Amino acid sequence: MQPAERDEVEMLSLMLLIRRFEERASQQYQAQKIGGFCHLYIGQEAVVVGAVAATRDDDYLITAYRDHAHALARGTSPDACMAELFGKETGCSKGLGGSMHYFDKARHMYGGHAIVGAHVPLACGLAFACKYRKEDRVTLCFFGDGAINQGAFHEALNLAALYKLPIVFICENNLFAMGTSVKRSTSLKQIVDRAEGYDIPGEIVDGMNFREVRDKLKEVVTSIRKEPHPAFMEVRTYRYRGHSMSDPASYRTKDELEKYRLDDPIIRLRAQLTREGKLTNEQFDNIDKQAKQTANDSVKFAEESPEPPLEKLYDYTYVS
Amino acid sequence: MIMREITYRQALNEAHAEELERDPNVFLMGEEVAEYNGAYKVSQGLLDRFGAERIIDTPISENGFAGLGVGAAMVGLRPIIEFMTFSFSLVAFDQVVNNAPNMLTMSGGQFNIPITFRGPNGPAHQLGATHSHATECLYANIPGLKVCTPATPRDAKGLLKTAVRDNNPVLVLESELLYSSKGMVEPLDVDLTIPLGEAEVKREGSDVTIICYAQTVPLALAAAEKLEDEDISSEIVDLRSIKPLDEEAIYNSIRKTHRVVIVEQDRPFCGVGAEVCYRIQKNIFDQLDAPIARVSQEDVPMPYNEKLEKAVLPNVDKLIGAVKKVCYA
Repeated sequence: MQPAERDEVEMLSLMLLIRRFEERASQQYQAQKIGGFCHLYIGQEAVVVGAVAATRDDDYLITAYRDHAHALARGTSPDACMAELFGKETGCSKGLGGSMHYFDKARHMYGGHAIVGAHVPLACGLAFACKYRKEDRVTLCFFGDGAINQGAFHEALNLAALYKLPIVFICENNLFAMGTSVKRSTSLKQIVDRAEGYDIPGEIVDGMNFREVRDKLKEVVTSIRKEPHPAFMEVRTYRYRGHSMSDPASYRTKDELEKYRLDDPIIRLRAQLTREGKLTNEQFDNIDKQAKQTANDSVKFAEESPEPPLEKLYDYTYVS
Repeated sequence: MIMREITYRQALNEAHAEELERDPNVFLMGEEVAEYNGAYKVSQGLLDRFGAERIIDTPISENGFAGLGVGAAMVGLRPIIEFMTFSFSLVAFDQVVNNAPNMLTMSGGQFNIPITFRGPNGPAHQLGATHSHATECLYANIPGLKVCTPATPRDAKGLLKTAVRDNNPVLVLESELLYSSKGMVEPLDVDLTIPLGEAEVKREGSDVTIICYAQTVPLALAAAEKLEDEDISSEIVDLRSIKPLDEEAIYNSIRKTHRVVIVEQDRPFCGVGAEVCYRIQKNIFDQLDAPIARVSQEDVPMPYNEKLEKAVLPNVDKLIGAVKKVCYA
């Protein structure tokens, strides 16, 4: 069964929350409150929010290391997300996973995986379990354009097609795998053609347009629920920031970045809703204010949270 | 209770069938496990009995299907993933090493991975360098994995059944050279499980402790027979599990014999014997009457030539030589 239509203003709020959260995270990283690597999703918000709007809360979701938005979109609390970045016990992975390893079992968010392409077979396992148990859940497997040249990705697509698994492979094509452009990494002219090689239906989607992501995915998901099969979406998007916090992104031009900023997914959805009389400027300002407040509160929560206790160091290696 | 004599292969087959019967979450996946009935016939008849939904053939994609197993285990299925040999598990190393054992920690305890990886491990007969890897030392190095190495049909059945029920990733490292070996096993109506991390004294003795596992167990037993003729009494301690390691069983035997030889099927550098040796000297140094001896493979890629392969592997003569050295005989 499909969920009721999700309110678009709520979805816009979610996109704003993700953006304000990551802006705060970026500041905290620069203030050295956050360690390790930190990859920001800013610019890509319409992809995961569009996907969430097209699916059920009990569908499975798994992604790579640029994962903050995927947890937030699934409803993981901003407090738990920020606390994870601070390495605190109140984090969504108890401070043991960090930025790249967000997990939320209760919300069917299966990570947060940091070896490029290695989670694509895991996604097949999630989808396999749904089919094995005769459930009508769909697995959403997100990955970047960098993953499509990994062996694990190819093996997983073949397995998904062979076993007719209920899964959508969502390639968030932001044009760069770290500093290497798709043109320099991939033999194909368009990524979606990878799917054809495995007899998996694929399409190209405008990832800066929330409605397009939602509507195209909804069609695909409806088809999968009727009769399990894999599908592939090349979602064209753009990250405004570098690959990680330490990357100044000097491999691309200011003009290119500006071009995408003008096509910002939040501005676009706002304009659509305003034009249709569903959102006033005042409402938007209030939503944004709220998002900023929530993000600020999450920093405070993270700062005040306790570190994981040393006595528990050995508690997570094995279960009984 | 009337014990039965069955092969190691049959014991593994029974373990699969019993666990598949007991728990609908258990499935078997791997290359040639279904229609071909197993490359080594371990899964003979399972497809007919349990159907294609639970006995699943895969393409030659170890990384892919090992990862599929880990993903299925995240949501509570209990996959048995067969590697045609553990030499091929190296293609899936990332899934076995990075995904299966790390998930519990990375997720702050939310996701345990109840998966069994199994298949033959260690040198067989003239398979050359790529097909002869003894991987126990590689995997035992990884926190979050458990590793067992059954040497007899009884241990094979009991350890595999325990592995499938364990809530952590467990590697059951079998041995091609042992598949046709026979041994006594409890009747079919006994639910035989053998705990992980429990060694077994396979033969009692008083002069020297021989620590062994997997293929080196029959080798140690054969050496013990010969040593008996020369009035050297050997106690054979079969580790059965590499991780967790039953240190007490090792120390109990050494307190009796005061002399130790470790015979392992892997290589000397960072091998299982190196770790066992370290722990013995650290914990019961005062009990030793002689330096500890190790018999391992030679530290070279496995040659194909039969004579050279024999020279690389531990054998009865090498072991007897080591025993005599620690006994100053």
